[in-house]
Amino acid sequence: MDDSILFVMFPYCAVILAVIGGVYRYYADRFSYSSLSSQLLENRTLFWGAIPWHYGIVPVLLAHLAALIVPGWWGVLLGDPIRLAVLELAGMSLGFMALAGIVILIARRLLHPRVRAVTSVMDWLLTALLLLQVSLGVHIAFTYRWGSLWYHHTAVPWLRSLATLLPDAAPIVHLPAAVRAHMVIGFVIILLFPFTRLAHVFSFPLRYLWRPWQIVLWNRRFHPRRQKGRAGNGNHEPAP
Amino acid sequence: MKVRAQTSMVFHLDKCIGCHTCSIACKNIWTDRPGCDYMWWNNVETKPGTGYPTLWEDQEKYRGGWELRGERVRLRLHGRAKGLANIFYNPFLPSLDEYYEPWSYRYDDLTNAPPGKDQPVARPVSMITGGETKIEAGPNWDDDLGGSGIYAAGDVNLAALTEGERQQLFSLERLVFFHLPRICNHCLNPGCAAACPTGAIYKRGEDGIVLVSQEKCRAWRMCVSGCPYKKVYYNWGTGKSEKCILCYPRQETGQAPACFHSCVGRIRYLGILLYDADRIREMAARPDHELVEAQLRLILDPSNREVLAKAREDGVHEAILEAARRSPVYRFVKEWRLALPLHPGFRTLPMLFYVPPLLPVVATVERDKYDLDGDPFGDPATGRLPIRYFAALLAAGNEEPVKAAYRKLLAVRLHRRSETVGDVAPEVLERALATAGSCMGEAEDIYRLTTLAGFRERHVVPPFMREMAIEAAADPQKRKGETGTGFSRPPKRGW
Repeated sequence: MDDSILFVMFPYCAVILAVIGGVYRYYADRFSYSSLSSQLLENRTLFWGAIPWHYGIVPVLLAHLAALIVPGWWGVLLGDPIRLAVLELAGMSLGFMALAGIVILIARRLLHPRVRAVTSVMDWLLTALLLLQVSLGVHIAFTYRWGSLWYHHTAVPWLRSLATLLPDAAPIVHLPAAVRAHMVIGFVIILLFPFTRLAHVFSFPLRYLWRPWQIVLWNRRFHPRRQKGRAGNGNHEPAP
Repeated sequence: MKVRAQTSMVFHLDKCIGCHTCSIACKNIWTDRPGCDYMWWNNVETKPGTGYPTLWEDQEKYRGGWELRGERVRLRLHGRAKGLANIFYNPFLPSLDEYYEPWSYRYDDLTNAPPGKDQPVARPVSMITGGETKIEAGPNWDDDLGGSGIYAAGDVNLAALTEGERQQLFSLERLVFFHLPRICNHCLNPGCAAACPTGAIYKRGEDGIVLVSQEKCRAWRMCVSGCPYKKVYYNWGTGKSEKCILCYPRQETGQAPACFHSCVGRIRYLGILLYDADRIREMAARPDHELVEAQLRLILDPSNREVLAKAREDGVHEAILEAARRSPVYRFVKEWRLALPLHPGFRTLPMLFYVPPLLPVVATVERDKYDLDGDPFGDPATGRLPIRYFAALLAAGNEEPVKAAYRKLLAVRLHRRSETVGDVAPEVLERALATAGSCMGEAEDIYRLTTLAGFRERHVVPPFMREMAIEAAADPQKRKGETGTGFSRPPKRGW
């Protein structure tokens, strides 16, 4: 397929659809935003799946993002061979962790009847794609070593060119097929974000670190303390 | 001082017959939906027993409620950072097996079976998978099984008893049990609300009802663990937590909650309590033996002028203040000190109160005759259920408030017996009233509210006139034809 379709048009379409879909879903169907946890139905296998999966994939994704957002710092970080080796090793082990996690999670969905009962078609599609994507990632990490370095000189300029609306797929067109597939599937997953349970990533409750322990809400539109000096609103309060 | 109002309930356990009508009324109205099938916002447990979910009182296992760390309370489940770290897998979440797998039967098989030698049967099927299932537990699996070596013996509160007392409980002649109806306690210091990472659980300012915002909940399921009473449930279908809403849609229109309304024994009293919201954290952090007293100190006198003035300033409506003055809950809890909170040791300041049952404690049978006027507190061997058991259940291990309640209940009995049968010597009655710190007038009041009170005396909560308060400007036809609570949409599973 034409590279400009796969690596320029498709990424734009995926992101635009994801944003529109996400905003629409948030305002039209907020009730559906949920991580849809199945821990209540099956508790034991989930531990061996969900923990390695999340603790593996989240740092790996953050590293992908960091290199993209602050390429300068990333370059400095990779400047030292020891740091580079540590990063490479950490990335590989985390990738393996995530891979083991997603395999266990898929097996759990297949084998545990209660969990299978609450698995939707989109869940199957999503987990299959994630498995494919993580396998590709691990495969790339092993076959084409020092990915953290060449990612910095290939994918990063391409993604930044997309972000600055001066799209240029030249840095990546000659990369191996596995790498290019990894990129396309990455945008397929971005596209799927708002249309699957992946939306829960965006509701990570960081605010828990500082919110008050107890939240009190008043039903009444006119709280008497706030309406001081505002005559005439008194009868909006409940009457006996 | 910051005065807030709380809708609160008293359960008179001597009147509970364990019929589960309340549970059924609640189930039929609120949790008769897929995903909620295993939830019982109201359930009735047999005590001693392990309850539902199994062993819910064991906080070593489930980590609900708050614990004392030095001068302050902190969640037993997690601190803020750990709460986020455990978000992918909550290590203390009860699994469905600790409740039970909801089931139905293949009733169709009874009528559709082809002719054959054997009688057709309706096989049980899981309501989750739809496949055949083996029924291994239910919401009241240990119903009436007091004295059972499997269920009653597992009761967490029995740890407070001596080995001898425990053995007595399980000897055939002394088997004993009573019923404990449970709904959400609508606590002043709710563990569920504090444990929720999203902040989806809130307390209503007007009446203190604790609710889960169905639009904000993201299924991090920490509330299920954070609540020591296990009264927040995870809907496995919609991926949202749900809990008892104290029938607020009914209350707002002046109706009683379904559990209250359907109660056969009329054991429930619903009323308003005013409390000082500024001192919640302070009172939740008192040492164990002071917790009952601390909670009573939070509850304010609704006839006190200062309290009333402050309440008006803080936005408590006049109708609610009027209801607070006539509150049957205030009389039972603070005036008479007959009703005690369930497991105050969890430090959530629960706002349901229980009048402990008199009979299993004081009744002794001698020569085939029930005897009630012996001193039940002198010799633990005469009571069938030791006071220490109730102290563990209703007073965080402190026997004093339980004994005080029992002395008064006993005095009321003697007073009524002397009125109706006339075989109680005046000095016995005098002594009983004096030890209880009560008088004839109060005993008569307690008797009247306990036995004769009509619906309007047991249910003293003003309607909220929601149509005037909020919806005056809204289109009354807007929600026509829709269903749901809080939101109006079919309860279907997310994307």
